[in-house]
Amino acid sequence: MSASMRIVNGQVYDPKNNIDGEVKEICVEDGKIVDSVSDEATIIDAKGMVIMAGGVDIHCHIAGPKVNLARKLTPEARRHDPHPSTPFTRSGSGGTTPSTFAAGYRYATLGYTTAMEAAVSPIGARHVLEEFEDTPIIDKGFYVLLGNNIFLHNLIREKRIEEFDQAVAWWVNATKAYTVKLVNPGGDEPWKGKRNSNVSNIDEKSDDDTLSPRQIIEAFIKTVNKQGYPHPPHIHCNNLGHSGNYITTLETMKTAGDLRAHIAHIQFHSYGGEVGKNPISKAAEIAEYVNNHPNITCDVGQVMFGDSTIMTADAPLAYVLKGHSKGKWVNADTECESGCGILPFAYQEHIYVHTLQWAIGLELFLLSEDPWRIVLSTDHPNGGSFMAYPKLIKLLMDEKFRREEMKRVNQKALLNCSLPELKREYTLSEIAIITRAGPARALGLETKGHLGVGADADITIYDLMDDKELMFSTPRYVIKSGNTMIANHEFKTDSKGKVYHITPDYDNKIEESLKPFFEDYYSIEFSNYPVDDRYLHQHEIIKTKTS
Amino acid sequence: MIEKTNKKVVEENKNIKIVHDATCTFCGCVCDDMELHVDVDEKRIIKSKNACVLGRAWFAEHTIENAPAAMIDGKEVTIEEAIEEAAQTLVNAKFPITYGLSDTTSEAQRQAVAITDYIKGNIDTTTSVCHGPSGLAFQGVGESTSTLGEVKNRADLVIYWGGNPAESHPRHFGRYAVTPKGMFTPNGKKDRTVVLVDVRKTKSAGVADILITPKPGKDFEVLWALRALVKGVKLSSDIEKETGVPLEILTDLAKRMKECRFGVLFFGMGLTMTRGRHFNSGALLALATDLNEYTHFVAKPVRGHGNVTGADNVVAWQTGYPFGVNFSRGYPRFNPGEFTTVDTLSNGDADAALIVASDPGSNFPKKAIEHLKNIPVITLDTKTTDTTKLSHVAFKTSTYGINTSGTVYRMDDVSITLRPAFESPFPDDEKILKSIKKRVHELILKNSHSGGASGEAKVAAAVNPL
Ligand code: SF4
Ligand SMILES: [Zn+2]
Repeated sequence: MSASMRIVNGQVYDPKNNIDGEVKEICVEDGKIVDSVSDEATIIDAKGMVIMAGGVDIHCHIAGPKVNLARKLTPEARRHDPHPSTPFTRSGSGGTTPSTFAAGYRYATLGYTTAMEAAVSPIGARHVLEEFEDTPIIDKGFYVLLGNNIFLHNLIREKRIEEFDQAVAWWVNATKAYTVKLVNPGGDEPWKGKRNSNVSNIDEKSDDDTLSPRQIIEAFIKTVNKQGYPHPPHIHCNNLGHSGNYITTLETMKTAGDLRAHIAHIQFHSYGGEVGKNPISKAAEIAEYVNNHPNITCDVGQVMFGDSTIMTADAPLAYVLKGHSKGKWVNADTECESGCGILPFAYQEHIYVHTLQWAIGLELFLLSEDPWRIVLSTDHPNGGSFMAYPKLIKLLMDEKFRREEMKRVNQKALLNCSLPELKREYTLSEIAIITRAGPARALGLETKGHLGVGADADITIYDLMDDKELMFSTPRYVIKSGNTMIANHEFKTDSKGKVYHITPDYDNKIEESLKPFFEDYYSIEFSNYPVDDRYLHQHEIIKTKTS
Repeated sequence: MIEKTNKKVVEENKNIKIVHDATCTFCGCVCDDMELHVDVDEKRIIKSKNACVLGRAWFAEHTIENAPAAMIDGKEVTIEEAIEEAAQTLVNAKFPITYGLSDTTSEAQRQAVAITDYIKGNIDTTTSVCHGPSGLAFQGVGESTSTLGEVKNRADLVIYWGGNPAESHPRHFGRYAVTPKGMFTPNGKKDRTVVLVDVRKTKSAGVADILITPKPGKDFEVLWALRALVKGVKLSSDIEKETGVPLEILTDLAKRMKECRFGVLFFGMGLTMTRGRHFNSGALLALATDLNEYTHFVAKPVRGHGNVTGADNVVAWQTGYPFGVNFSRGYPRFNPGEFTTVDTLSNGDADAALIVASDPGSNFPKKAIEHLKNIPVITLDTKTTDTTKLSHVAFKTSTYGINTSGTVYRMDDVSITLRPAFESPFPDDEKILKSIKKRVHELILKNSHSGGASGEAKVAAAVNPL
C-alpha cells in the first residue's frame, strides 16, 4: 500500500506526546507512524512548516437521511459553490450541506481526516453507511439516536434494566453505530402525539407518562458506562436554544454523577434569562461545572455569522426556528424512534440573539481550563459550516482580530456576556488539542489525534503563517493512512476512508421481546432491520468493555 | 445476526427453496414481507405469499430467458467487448446523457452517477417524468413528512389526493395507512377517517369515508380554499361553482384536519401531472405545513417505481441535486427543463445515451424517441424493450430483488436490503456499470496524460480506487 516516508525539519505539535513545536522527524510506513524508515523513504522537507495529526471532528452532520433531505431542500445554497472534479477526484457541490464527495474532499483540504456524523435514526443507518462509502478520504463513524426510542422507554418505565442494557447493545450492533446519541430525550412523543408540544423540564412527567427526561438520561449513562463504550452517551440536552436552559444543562451533567458523558454543542445550552425573552450568557456557570468535572467532555457548537442549515432530531426546536425564519421547513418523523427538523438559516451580526450565541461560544472556549475536554465544533451545519473552522481558530488565537470582529456585532449583546474582558489567546498546541488530540481522546480513538509510534499516519502540514485563518485553511500536505492525498495544495490521489463502529455483547434472548414489538409497530420486517456487514466496506471495530 | 436460513423443502417432488422476508420492488410500497417459493431447478418463483396481484405477476414473470448477455448492433458479443464499446462511445461523445435508474439498486445508481461525472455528461432519472414537480415543490416550501410506520401507528385522518392506490399501490391501504392496527390506532380502520379526493371515481373510492370529486384541473383551487379555511378566512359559496365542491364539505374537511391528532395527506400523479403541476404539490405541502400550527400533520407523495426514491437519494447525495443534473463544466449543475431527459433529447443536444432499467423508447414523446434513434444508445435491461431494440450496445442484466441483492429506498426514504430468490446467468447492473466506469476512467486519464512515455504507468497508479 503506502510507501514509507520521512518528514523532516518541521515543527511538530503533538500534545499527547508532549511535543510542543520542537523540530522532529516523523517517519511513516504502511500507513502508521514508526520509529525509523530506510534511506529509500520519500523525504518531505517541512522547513518553516507546522506538523500536526489529522483533525478529528467529534460532532457534525454530513451524511444520511436528514442531510440528504437538506440537500434536496436547498439547491440554491449550493448553486454558487460548485466543487469541480480533478483527474483523480469526483465533483460535487458545497454550501452548508455539501454533497458526499465535496464533504470528504473539503474536510481533507482543511487537514481533517476523521469526522463523526452525530445523529442517525436507527432505521437510517443503512442509508448513512451508503453515503459514507461515497464520502472520500476521511474516516468516519456515527452516533445512533436512541433517546426517543419507544421500546427502550417502555423498558425504563417498567424498570427492566437488564433487558434495557441488552436492547441498547442490540441496537448499537444492528446499526453499526459508534455510540448512542440522545436528543431532547422524551420530547418526541409530545411532538408527534400531542399536537406538536414539547417537554420543558428535565423532571417533567406528562399526565399519561411516568417517564421524565432525567430518567432516560440516567438509564443511558449507566448502561453505556457499564458496557464501556469508547465514547460515552453523546447528549443534546432538552431545551436547546431556550432562554434559561443552562439550568437544564447543569442538571443533565449532574445526572451523570461521576460517570462519563459528552454534552454536544454546549453553546446552544448555556443561556440564562426567562423563557420567551432575550437570553443572557451563562457561559461562566457552564464552564465552571465542566472545568470541575473531569468525567464531562463537550463540544462547543460555535455559531459563525453567515449561512447555516438547521438540521436536528430536535423537531420541536426546528419548528420554533421556523417561526423566526418564516421560510421553508422540513419535518420528518421516524416511526418509534425519532423526529427531525430542517430549515435554512442565517446568523446575522446585527441581531442580539445571534451575537450573543457567537459570544457565548467564544467565552466557553476562553473560560475552559482543560482544552482536552472542550472540542472545537460548529455543530456543522447548524452553527455554520465546518469550512469556518479556520476562522474560528483565528478568533481563538488572535485577540486583536477578535476585537476587530467585536466591533461589527450587536453591542447590546456584548454587554450581557464576558467576552470583551477575555484576553486569552490559544496557542498552537492548544489548537492541536481542541481539533485533534482532545476529540480523539474523548472518542477513545487511540490511533488518532497524535503522532506517536503506532498512530495512524494521518498528518497535516501547514505553512507557518501569522494569519491563522489562512494557515489553517490551506495545508500544504495532507497525508491520510500514509498516502499523500494533497501535496502543494493539489489532490494527488483519492481514497475511501473507513468506518469506525463498536460491537458490545448482548444476549440474543432480547430478540424475543423485540420481534413482537417490531411486528406490531414497525413497517419493515424485523429480520430486514439490522444492517449487514456488506455496508461497512472498510471498517474497524473499537473495543468496548463487553466486546 | 438475525439472518434466517432459507430452508430447502421438497414439495411435490420439486426442489423448492423458501425465501422469507424478501422484498417486492414492483411499486413504491416496497413490501418486504414476501415469502417466495422458488423452484430451484426451473429457476422461477412459483408462489409469492403476501404479494398483491401486481407483485405476484412481477415475481411470476421473471424467469431466465435464453438470450445473449451483450449485443452490439443486434449481434452477440462478449461482455468485455460490449464494455469496451460502451466506454469508448461515452468517452467520445460531447453531450452524453444517462437516464432511467428507477428500477435498479442504489449500488448500481451510484456507479451510473460516477460514470456521468467522469464523462462530464448529463444525468437524469424517471423522477423527471413522474414526481419531478413534487421535488420542485419540496424545494419551494419544504415538507412535513413521516415514515409509513408512523402513519400506521398514529394517523387518525388519512387523505388520498389524486391517486388510485387500490390499483397502483395495492397494499398501501392494508399494510400502511388504512386498515393496519398501530400503537395509537389499536382498532385499525375504525380509528381512522379516510378521505379520497379525486376527479374520477376509481377503485380506491370503496375505502373512503368521505369522497370529494373536484372538477378536473381544479385541485389547486380546492387546496388553496382549504388553506384559507384552516386559517379561519371566510369563503363565499361561489367556491362550489369554481371547484365543484360545496363549501360545507370543504369547511367540514378543514375542521377535521385541524381537530385530528395526526393527519396525513398522500398525493399521487393525478395531482402532480395535471394542470398546475408543481403549484399543486406546493399547495398541498403548504397546507400540511400550515396544519402543524394546530396539530401534527404530514404529507407524502405516493411514488411509483420500485427504487425511484433511491435514485433521487443517490443523485442528491453525490451531486447535491435530485435529478436533471449536468456535469459538462466539470461540476454538477441543476436545471430541470434544460437537463431533464425529454428536453436533452427533444432539443437534439444529446449525442450518446446510457439508459439503465428504463424504456424511454416506448414512453417518451415522439420527438425525443426520434432523436434517440439517431444517436448511439447503450442499454442495461432485464428484458427486451423498444429501447434495447434501438440500442448500439445492449446488456442483458439480472433482476434486482429476484436474482441479486442490493439496496432499495421505499417512498418514505426507508432503505431495505434485497434478498434474492435464485441466481441468474446474467450479471447485475452494478457489475456492468462498475466495469464501464473503470474503463471510462482509464480512458479519460490516458487522454489527460497522452503522449508521455510514462503515460500508461501513471494511469495505472492513478486509477481511482473508489
Ligand atoms: S403493493 Fe407494490 S410492493 Fe407491495 S406487493 Fe404489491 S406491487 Fe409489490
Ligand atoms: Zn448536531
